[in-house]
Amino acid sequence: MPERRLNRIGEDEWEIAREGAMRVPARIFASADLIAGLDDKVLEQAANVAMLPGIVEASYAMPDAHWGYGFPIGGVAAFDPEEGGVISAGGVGFDISCGVRTLLTGIGADAITAQRERLADALFQRIPAGVGSHGEISLTPKDMDAMLRGGAAWAVGRGWGEADDLTRTEDYGCVAGACPEFISAKAKERQKGEMGTLGSGNHYLEVQRVAAIFDEDAARVYGLTTDDAVVSIHCGSRGLGHQIGTEALREMALTAASHGIALPDRELACAPIASETGQRYLGAMRAAINCALANRQILTHLARSVFAAILPRAQLKLLYDVSHNTCKEETHTVAGRPRTLYVHRKGATRALGPGHPALPPELRAVGQPVLIGGTMGTSSWILRGTAEGMTRAFGSACHGAGRSLSRHAARQRWQGRAVIDSLAERGIIVRSRSAKGVAEEAPGAYKDVDAVVDAAHRARLATKVARLEPLICIKG
Amino acid sequence: MTTRGWEHFEHGADIGVRGFGPTLEASFEEAATALAAVVADPAAVRPLTSVAIACEAPALDILLVDFLNAIIYEMATSGLLFGAFHVTIDGTRLRAEAKGEPFDAGRHEAAVEVKGATMTALKVERLADGRWCAQCVVDV
Repeated sequence: MPERRLNRIGEDEWEIAREGAMRVPARIFASADLIAGLDDKVLEQAANVAMLPGIVEASYAMPDAHWGYGFPIGGVAAFDPEEGGVISAGGVGFDISCGVRTLLTGIGADAITAQRERLADALFQRIPAGVGSHGEISLTPKDMDAMLRGGAAWAVGRGWGEADDLTRTEDYGCVAGACPEFISAKAKERQKGEMGTLGSGNHYLEVQRVAAIFDEDAARVYGLTTDDAVVSIHCGSRGLGHQIGTEALREMALTAASHGIALPDRELACAPIASETGQRYLGAMRAAINCALANRQILTHLARSVFAAILPRAQLKLLYDVSHNTCKEETHTVAGRPRTLYVHRKGATRALGPGHPALPPELRAVGQPVLIGGTMGTSSWILRGTAEGMTRAFGSACHGAGRSLSRHAARQRWQGRAVIDSLAERGIIVRSRSAKGVAEEAPGAYKDVDAVVDAAHRARLATKVARLEPLICIKG
Repeated sequence: MTTRGWEHFEHGADIGVRGFGPTLEASFEEAATALAAVVADPAAVRPLTSVAIACEAPALDILLVDFLNAIIYEMATSGLLFGAFHVTIDGTRLRAEAKGEPFDAGRHEAAVEVKGATMTALKVERLADGRWCAQCVVDV
């Protein structure tokens, strides 16, 4: 896409004006440097999303946006069902509700240091991670449906967590409107052995140190203190979500024309929210969100059991759990009028501002914790939602660093063993079953997460609270 | 000129798989091998067991996506790695045999799971030199 189509409308905000089949403009939040490194495909995809029926305000790309299928990863778009709005499986992504949760430990990072190798080994042994790993939990069909309806609340009910965990999880750990009956037998079969597993690729469990605080007031409310240890878990809905995404993408691609939708790119496959296809996907997708919430809850339980054995002084308390790949029904005020919209966030984090009723009372005054995952060699970040972000991009922010190199290129450039050794020299312990997987996830294969967060902060999508540095990484 | 083979191609966060060969079936077999190679080296996978796959689709390109997704499903649910494929196609109906063995962490180094085959860069076509090419991006 020619750069001249991109107008700078703010320090960190750019716009592709509405033209041709675009129903709304496309807006990209990024610094000039990030824009310079942005793949043209992202701009093309953001403009394509702006062509979909019922889109409201604009098609957005977050500062970590990169080339996805159909929607860019880091894409946000809201649709109004009353204006023929659509739901898109490609706008959610294959790993439905992939997300991050961060747990406070209540102990200093120095307390970890003495036990670091032992803790890393025990976590690696306890947390099923990598290709072919299976959990200890096998669900009967009845249990599977209960999990899909109940989410993290189901897991806590089964003893894998504490009631307080639920108030610190989006949607209080359970999304309403989940319909396990709309999920294929194949998707359920794929999930059977995968509850309580991390998966592979960019998924991880990290022990991190709070390296710096940028917002004392919010940090106090969030319970973050410099040099404390925290634990972050990044994973999603595993095979169930992947299979639901696969099946929905096919169905939506083949039926879009029958709904009168002309797709600029087949990967934008979608269906009207009000259609039977749309409703079935919504019900299945919500159940997959619950699956991801339950999965992260079980992994939390496993992490707690390891800490209890090795560092019993640590009390793992959930700070918050956010999902990255979702479509949620939310009320947003547009041009002074509250409207019920279906907000797609694909590789983007919900970031509710202060006072939002969906936040638990103790967090409401400061806004939602926005958890940004880095790589195994770089910082992760905790931000807070802002009032401006609610109106600028439907309460959304970036989700991570975003890749800058393909897996293929990363594997050619780095050796997994050398990556692990160089991180060890910096005091970061990596445990992984796959050297190849580590090479693909080498920190150098990602954009500079600090630059991404700076852009989100300056654009006031979400503002900085704390920077975290990795100590131990259990790599999926 | 190599008459048949497979390769990976660049795609942002994911990986493209491409197979080519003298026949449509050969290009599908090679694309499947490229998919298997995203997970583990197919040359290190012994053909100890086989799984039958059948799909039907409204068009050849969708058939490729369905075929690759069927392989992804088998890998995910059976714990098998695959190294070789035999495909027959009648119109837009496919039957295949995928050969491989159970994943063994001691013998195989697996890099990453594949979540699904997508319609990005999806193509099944006859090249100018007469060979068939079958390709798409897979989400990892």
